[in-house]
Formats: sequence, structure tokens, C-alpha cells
Amino acid sequence: MLSFLKDLIASFQEFVFVAGRAFQNIFRRPHYYGDVLIQMDIIGFGSLTIVMLTGFFSGAIIALQMSRALNTYGAASQVGSIVSLTLVRELGPVLTALLVAGRNASGIASELGSMKVTEQIDAMRALGTDPVQKLITPRLTATSVMLPLLTVIADAIGLVGAYLVSVPLLGLLTGSEYWSSSWQVLVYNDLAQGLIKPFIFGIIIALVGCFYGMRTSGGTQGVGHATTQAVVASSIWIFFVALLIDKIFVNL
Amino acid sequence: MPEDVEALVQFDDVSTQFGDLWALRDVSFGLRKSETRIIFGAAGSGKTTLLKAAIGLIQPDSGKICLFGEEITNRSEHALFALRAKAGMLFQESALFDSLTVRENVEYPLRNQQSETPLTEEEMEGRVREALRFVELEHTLDKLPSELSGGMRRRVGIARAIVTEPPLVLYDSPTAGLDPITANTIMALIAKERDVRQTASLIVTHRFQDGELMANFRYDAGTEELVPVPESGGDSTERALTKFFVMKEGEIVFSGSREQLDQATDPYVRRFAKH
Repeated sequence: MLSFLKDLIASFQEFVFVAGRAFQNIFRRPHYYGDVLIQMDIIGFGSLTIVMLTGFFSGAIIALQMSRALNTYGAASQVGSIVSLTLVRELGPVLTALLVAGRNASGIASELGSMKVTEQIDAMRALGTDPVQKLITPRLTATSVMLPLLTVIADAIGLVGAYLVSVPLLGLLTGSEYWSSSWQVLVYNDLAQGLIKPFIFGIIIALVGCFYGMRTSGGTQGVGHATTQAVVASSIWIFFVALLIDKIFVNL
Repeated sequence: MPEDVEALVQFDDVSTQFGDLWALRDVSFGLRKSETRIIFGAAGSGKTTLLKAAIGLIQPDSGKICLFGEEITNRSEHALFALRAKAGMLFQESALFDSLTVRENVEYPLRNQQSETPLTEEEMEGRVREALRFVELEHTLDKLPSELSGGMRRRVGIARAIVTEPPLVLYDSPTAGLDPITANTIMALIAKERDVRQTASLIVTHRFQDGELMANFRYDAGTEELVPVPESGGDSTERALTKFFVMKEGEIVFSGSREQLDQATDPYVRRFAKH
């Protein structure tokens, strides 16, 4: 038990150390802008299709489920507001982050893990390159920039999905009613948490993926293990941090 | 000591442990220009740790290591990058960057040192081609490492290690897992690098033949071949400059010339001698 706790604290300490260096390197030369763009393409453009599909279906499903519940109270016209609040505040950021975690935290961990077990990370250090600067910082920058953008897209597509269900399909309200109610219900607080969350989730996904990748040991089996750990850990952190941010914003 | 001042690598009572295992135990030695150290030892005896510690990839628990006259022990990782880049290293499985082509791999150290040694694109191309010509792989420029055989990858690894013309090159098991003919080709290239550029070399290996070749052959620039070093006479510098270490549980249990190694009586040491 004691050794387990010691390992846990040592891992967290190591994580904080790596994270600190990754942040420090954002302001330190050399800057690998090319790598940042490549990662933005992989993480951002690469995840676009799945994020759009998930956004669309989430919006449509929420609208479908809510329409039934709201009908009971004769408040079916409020469907736009409900979908908009749910998506922008919570489901958009969390679902997008979970998808990107599944897709990219695993990708990052396996890529860096393979580099670690084939001594490419050591080779990089031997050739005078800081692997944190070259590998972690670009992924951190790219993920924390792209995830809020992906979330905005997911939210927008989700609203379109909900529109298609509640207006043409169920005829609960008119199009203009739907769009005006879903837009007017949002206040700055909602938009702020809808953008701050994915920004922080992006940091978590990149750092957790890189951290597990960089500490991989034990050959190909180790790479698989690191990949699984990265997805599990980043998903748990996403939920935990979502709860923490909700608590802060609810009190505001 | 004046000779220590010119040592490219100097270990003083260096020790390090991984858990209960000694990876290095009171290791002390110096390596100067043109010298070669062949390091033998069973798996897990600390050979790779020694190489990695020499350029600060592993920090020892105690003792002092100097690289190019500067102490590297307990320096921050960031402060070590520039110093490390002055040495070349060939990793056990080559450690080529698999997402980069052969050309990009070999030019990586040059691009990395652009701030200290600026090169034009033409000069860089020339240096890359020269390094690849040295290992006879100029035709593989645009291939990816996955398209090369194990021996070819090892040769590209050598090209990457020597492209900056470092005064010190570390070779981690350069012949491991290769067939004898390819292994000899690799060792011939290492000997050629030593003799053409007077590079200091630390070579970790399991094969006594690798040490034999380094001690008994020299590269003849005229014939472009390895020729045997004469058995006696003042000319046989390769033999005098090539020393052998045998490591066991992190400790250097033997240090001496090839003849001394052949005459050793310790059964563990004799495993690495010609018999």
C-alpha cells in the first residue's frame, strides 16, 4: 500500500515536472512551428469528421428526448434553449474532449511510446534536441488551440441536428423560434465555460498522452499499456476537471 | 594531471544503481583523441549505461564525469544539449527517426547545430551526401528507415553519428544481431572513421572479433581498404591506442591490451578473449 502511494506521488511529481517544462518551452527557443502545424492538422482536421458526426447526433438525440419530457409540461417550444445550454455548457466540450482523448491521447502515447522503446527519444537527446521542446510543446499548443475550435464546430452542428429533429421532423416550433430561443438563452458565462473547458481539456489530453508515451518501457507491450493508460487517465481527468469548472461557474 | 586535461571523456569513481543492481560501480577511466576503448561484458553488466552516462543521458548517483573537459554530472538537462551534440552516438538498434527519410535523418544533427555552425542548403546537402558516401549508402537518400535492412540502418546510424565530424563517437553494440559479413562491414567503417578523422571511440560489443579488427587493422587511404597492422615495430599505433575493458555487474573487472586480454586467467574475462 505504502509503495503504491509512493509510486503514485512520484508519478504525479514527474507529471508536474514534465508539464512545467512543456509550458516553459512555449516561451523558449527554438520554436518548432512546423511541428505545431502538423499536430494541428492531425488533431484538428483529423478529428473533424468524427467530432461533427458526434455533435450532430448528440444534438438530435437531446432534442428528441427533451421534446417528450417538455411536452409533458407543455413547454415543447423551449427545446432550442435546452439543447443550446446543454451542448454549449457541458456536452459539447466533454464529448468532443472524450473523442479527441480516445483518438489523440492514444495516438500521442503510442507514437511517443514507440519512439521511447526504440531509443529515438534518447537519440534526440544525444543529438542535442530537447524532446520536451520538440515533441510535447507542439502537441500541447496544437491540442489546446484546436479543441476549443472543434468544440465550437460540434456545438454548431449539434444545434443543427436538434433543429432538424424539433422543426422539420416533430414540428414543435418554427425555425426562427428555435434559433432565436437557442441563441438568446446563452449568456457570457455559458460561452466562457464552453470555451475554457475545451482549452483545459486540450492541455490535459496532450500532457497525459505525452507523459504516458515518454515513460513507456518494456517494448511493444509497454506501448499498448501506455496507450490504454493515456486514454483512461485523460478521460477521468476530463470528467474531474469538468466537475471542478462547473462548481466554479455555478458559484459565479 | 595534464593528460586528464586533454581527455575527451573522463570518469572518476562513477557509480550508479538501478534498484539493488549496480549499473556502474567505481568506474574510472579517461579517453583521449584517437584512442579506442572496446567494452565487453555480459548482458546487464552496465555497458550501455556507461555509454549513456558518458554524454549525460543518464546521471550517475555518485562520482564525476567530464565531457570535452567540462563536468556534466548534475548539470541540468537543458545545459547538456549543446555539449552532447558535439559527440556522435550510434544506438543499438540505430534509433533512426522512422518518420524521417534517410536524408532528413542524416541532416538532423546539422540542422540542429545551425545556430553554432551555419550551413547553406548546398553545403548541408554536400555534407549529408559525403557522410552517406562514407557508409556507401548514397543511393538511399530518399528512402525511409523501414525500407532498409538492419545492416543498412546501422550504416545510416553511423552516417548520422559522424556527419558533424565529432571528435568522439560512441557505438552501442554496432554489430549486434547482424550476420558476420555485415558485422565486419560495420566494424570496417568504424575503423575507417577512426583512422580518417582520428576520432576517439567507445565501442560496446559482445564479439571479440570486433576488438580484434579495431586493434589489428587500419584503414589505408591509398587502397581504400583495411590492412593489417604489422605485428611489431613503432608503427603499430592502433594496437597501442586500442584498449579493452571487461565489465561485470557495473564494474570494470579488466582493463588492458588485446595481448593482456588473451592472457587473462579469470574465467569471466576469458569469455571475451580469443581462444
